[in-house]
Parts: sequence; C-alpha cells; structure tokens
Amino acid sequence: MTGTAAMTAPATPDRDTRAGLRRDARRERAFFLSLSLPALLLVGLCAMLPIFWILRQSVMTLRGEFTLANWEKLLSSALTWKSVWTTVELSGATLVLCMALGIPLALALASAPPKIANRLLILVMLPLWTSILVRTYGWLVLLRRDGLVNQALTGTGIASEPLALVYNFTGTLIGMVHFMLPLFVLPVYAAMRDIDGNAIRAAASMGASLPRTLATVVLPLSAGGIRSGAMIVFIYTLGFFITPAVLGGGQVSPVAIRIEKVMSTFQDWGQASALGVLLLILVAMAAAMLAAARRLIGRKGKTHA
Amino acid sequence: MAPLPITLDALRKTYGDYVALDDVSLAIRPGEFLTLLGPSGSGKTTLLMALAGFVRPEAGRILIGDRDVTRLAPNRRDIGIVFQNYALFPHMDVLANVEYPLRLRRVSRREARERAMSALERVKLGAFAGRDISQLSGGQRQRVALARAIVFEPRIMLMDEPLSALDKNLREHMQLEIRRLHDDLGITTIYVTHDQREALTMSDRIAVMKDGRIRQIDAPQDIYCRPGSGFVAEFMGEANILAGGDCRAADGGTLSSAATLMVRAENLHLDPADCGPDGIRLDGRLAGKAYRGENWLLQVELPSGRELMMSIPSARSEGCEELSPGDPVAAFAARRHAHPIPAPEPEAA
Repeated sequence: MTGTAAMTAPATPDRDTRAGLRRDARRERAFFLSLSLPALLLVGLCAMLPIFWILRQSVMTLRGEFTLANWEKLLSSALTWKSVWTTVELSGATLVLCMALGIPLALALASAPPKIANRLLILVMLPLWTSILVRTYGWLVLLRRDGLVNQALTGTGIASEPLALVYNFTGTLIGMVHFMLPLFVLPVYAAMRDIDGNAIRAAASMGASLPRTLATVVLPLSAGGIRSGAMIVFIYTLGFFITPAVLGGGQVSPVAIRIEKVMSTFQDWGQASALGVLLLILVAMAAAMLAAARRLIGRKGKTHA
Repeated sequence: MAPLPITLDALRKTYGDYVALDDVSLAIRPGEFLTLLGPSGSGKTTLLMALAGFVRPEAGRILIGDRDVTRLAPNRRDIGIVFQNYALFPHMDVLANVEYPLRLRRVSRREARERAMSALERVKLGAFAGRDISQLSGGQRQRVALARAIVFEPRIMLMDEPLSALDKNLREHMQLEIRRLHDDLGITTIYVTHDQREALTMSDRIAVMKDGRIRQIDAPQDIYCRPGSGFVAEFMGEANILAGGDCRAADGGTLSSAATLMVRAENLHLDPADCGPDGIRLDGRLAGKAYRGENWLLQVELPSGRELMMSIPSARSEGCEELSPGDPVAAFAARRHAHPIPAPEPEAA
C-alpha cells in the first residue's frame, strides 16, 4: 500500500477493510452473547418455565390427560367475559385518570426550581414507600359510609346523604389511581426534565404561547415518557389483585379476582390456569396496541409541526 | 421593513448578592451588528436574555423602536434568537423546524413551505429539508437554527454564542457568513461571545462587559487600538501594559510623559527601522520563546520585572531562532502604537 492509499483508507475503507470490520463486529457480538448466556438461561428458565407450566395445566385434566374442557367452560361463561370487561374498564379508567392528573403534575414538577421539585418528588414517591395493604385499608377508612370523606361531605352540606365511595368500582378506581400515579409521573417527569430549556425558549421567541408550546414542543418531546408511564399503569393494573379485593368489596371482579375465586372456592387448577393464560393474552394485546400507537404517533410527529 | 433601534435604560438585575446587570444603558442603532463581549459571568448573556424577555430586570427599561417592551412576554417581542446549543426541535424534520414560526403566524401551508425553503436556500441547506435533525452535523444544525430565526422576518436578532460549539475553521467561515446574512437582511443584531477575535471580525461595534457593566463600546478598530482601560486592552488581545519608567525614546533620549502605555505584542519590533524616528525602546532579557508558524512569540523580562510579550512575524524573524534565554533584547515600537491608558485600577478579586 502506498502512503496516499494508507491515508485515505480510514475515510473510504476498501472492500477488504469493510469485510474485516464486519467480521470483528460479528465476533464481538458472539463473545458478549457467550458471556451473558448463563444469566440469560437463568432468567429465561425462571420466567418461562412457570408460564409453560400454567399453559400446560390449562389443557390438562386432574389426571393428566389432554383436554380442552377448561377453555370451553371458560370461554362460554358470561362471568369470564364480564371479568375481562371489568379488567379492561378498570385499567383504562385508571390510565385515563393517571394521565389527566399525572401530566399536569409532571409538568409542574419539571418546571419548578430543582430544589422545590426534589421536595415535591419525595411527596409523590411517599406512597410507594408505604405498604400497599396499609394504603388500601387507609382508603377504606376514608371512603366508607361513615368515613372521613363522607363526614366532610355531609357535614358541609355538599352531599345530603353519604355517597357510596367504596365496595364498588369507584372505590377500586380511587385506590388504583392512588397506587399507579407515582409510577406514571416518574417517567413522564424524567422525560420532561430532559427537554432542553432553550427549545422551549426558542418556541416562545418565535411567537408560541404557553399552551401552544406545550402542545407542539413539550408534549411531543415527552411522548416517550408518557408512553412508558401508560404502559406501566395499564399493564400493571390488568393483573392487580389487592386493591379490587379490598376496595371492591366483592362487587368488582377483574380477572385476577376471578382466578382467586376459582381457586379458593372450587380448587379448579385447570380453570384458574386458563384464566391466567387469558390475562397473559390481555397483557400481550395491550403491549402490542401501545407499540402500534407508538409507531403511529412517531410517524406523525416527524412530518407535522 | 425598516430595522429598529434598541434602547436600554439603566437595566438592573441581581441574583441574591450577585449583580448580573449593574445599571446598563446602551443605545443600539437600527440595523447595527453589535457584539456583547466579555468573560463568563460578565452579564452579557443576562443582558441578551433580558432583551429576549426570559429575564425580567428589577429596574430600568428596554425600548425596541419607541415601544417599551420591558414587561412584554417573550412570544410577543418578535425577536429571532439563535442559541448556543441550536435549540432545534428534535421531533421535527429540518423543514418543519423552519416552518414552525410561520405556522404559528397562521401563514398558509404553501406559503410557509415556500418561505421556509427560501430561508433554507439562503443558508445553503435547501437539499436538507427532509432530513432529521439527528442526521445533521453541528454546522448544519446551526444553519437550520439561523434559517428558523430569520424566516419570520423578525425586527431584531439575538445570538448567544452561536458558534462556540463548532471547530475553529468552520467557526471562522460561519462568522463571515453570518455577517453577510446580516448585511443582506439589515436586521438589528445583538451577538454575544467571549471570543474577542470573533467580535472583531463580525461587529459594527463591540460592547466590552465586565461585572455587569459595559466598560467600553466602540468600533472594532478603536476598541483594539485605543482601549479605554487595561482590562479592555488585555481582553481584546495580547497587550503589554507599561509604566512610563519602562520605556526610553528610541533615539536614546528620555520620554516626556510618564503615563501608562499599552503596546500590542505585534507592534513591538526587533528592528529599530520599523518604529520610525520618534519610537520608543524597551530593553530586557529573553525569558522564553515559541514558534507558532505565522509568528514567533518572545517573552522578554524588563528590568522592572514586568514581562513583555512580542509577536514577530515569521517573515521578519531573522535572529529569533538564535536567541536563547538570558540574551539581551531591545524592543521598538512606533509612538502611535503606544496608546496611553488610565493607570491600572486596583483589581477587586
């Protein structure tokens, strides 16, 4: 190779160099894969084995023969579809409320001076550091007929008689939103805090009002955080058990509650396993829908101001 | 649209004990390219942000034309801003970024596209309209930011160290390009930088700032050759501040004045023929030297202990190579290059 060829080589690598680089990259990938293989195997086994076990159990009789009876019974039961609907309804309503409350909250946190924002963030996080059972029973105390909320409402004359705030869908929803809100706010806040302040100033200097800046700059740039927050809230709520169990008072039975009921009342492993698989399918569908929404919004954001 | 003058009247801004703007008054002429130059913490960016409306001064007034904008919201000031970090919208492509201010003004989709394209052509990025911001280099991003700031034909342009993230060659190229853009559009422009060479290259006038105050405001040549203080002299380039006792007349006599003098490093010569009949002469010993390609730098220690910096062009550097530390050196400067300045103020730390 001549001197000049050697000098131009890094800018426009010839075919041999490129092939060599590709080969090195391949080797490196293989090397790192082999390093992480034991961990991958362990996690894979721990996560996948129980799922396969449940899947297998849902198509087995007690004596271990293959059967579709569990699924036939499950899919033909009105109770199943009612609980699926309740699950989706509860997750959807929780998500909508978390967004309605969480996006303004995250905005306020992100635009507050860092010192104040950190203190407020502790307040947001506080519920996460308290036992879920304590919090749920706390809501029970607050929301029941003679609870603090109803006393305040009737005492001040806002309501003429105590409202049914608990042992129903409303109570479950309040409990769910309370639990999920910090999980939603955190990723949204992180995304908003990362937005370049000058991008917001630039929008203002070009004539954008505050609402306009929010709609065209802040929200699109925090879409990633909102998406992850929505994913966490919706999917987490799909399989949630404690809150509907305590605050639903038997009136609200999403799939998780049905599973428990089938097990404790009938000890029907096959039926319960099928319900578990059904829940898993719901989660997969929700994840697929959110991924589709991401592609749609992503494409729109690129071309449209 | 005629360019507008800007008047700053006793602007004051403090952050706790720190005075960022100390009663700054300034009259910027219509269509002028004015540079705010100063070290970091001198208040130049605060002043720019006050003009833009992002910093609210505690006292004083800002007038654009004859309109008082001191309390006006940033989005109503009609000012184009170019930021140091470009501040482009990463979720929009190049064209959408440039169209953005036009869409805000409810310009029709077609007209917005046409005007954005012509702004992009102007910064030579017409072929990049469909690119994502992430696909552009730093220089290209800064051009997009420029196009976005001029596309809505603002009456005022503010630039906050727009070139400081670029490498040297590109930066020098962009300096001329921005200046040409300013001359084409005639927009009153306020440019912030801490790079004195950039300020000299681009400006109609330079306002040198320190500790929240404007120390001197003048045309580049005046501020470079006739600084009003030791601080300005040293900030604008390699300056030798000399007491009267350091110098003698080149012809052997004594100097009449004992004033403090400022001599630029490049105005000191080894050859007495270069300084004319009434020149001044300084004697000392070589402390150090460095070859820099276009010139030699000589450090000369004067008897008073003061250090003299000489810049000798390579074309006229006979003898520089042979000099070694300790050798006696005689430096000559023309009288007109020895500019009297007020005695150095005692520096407050």
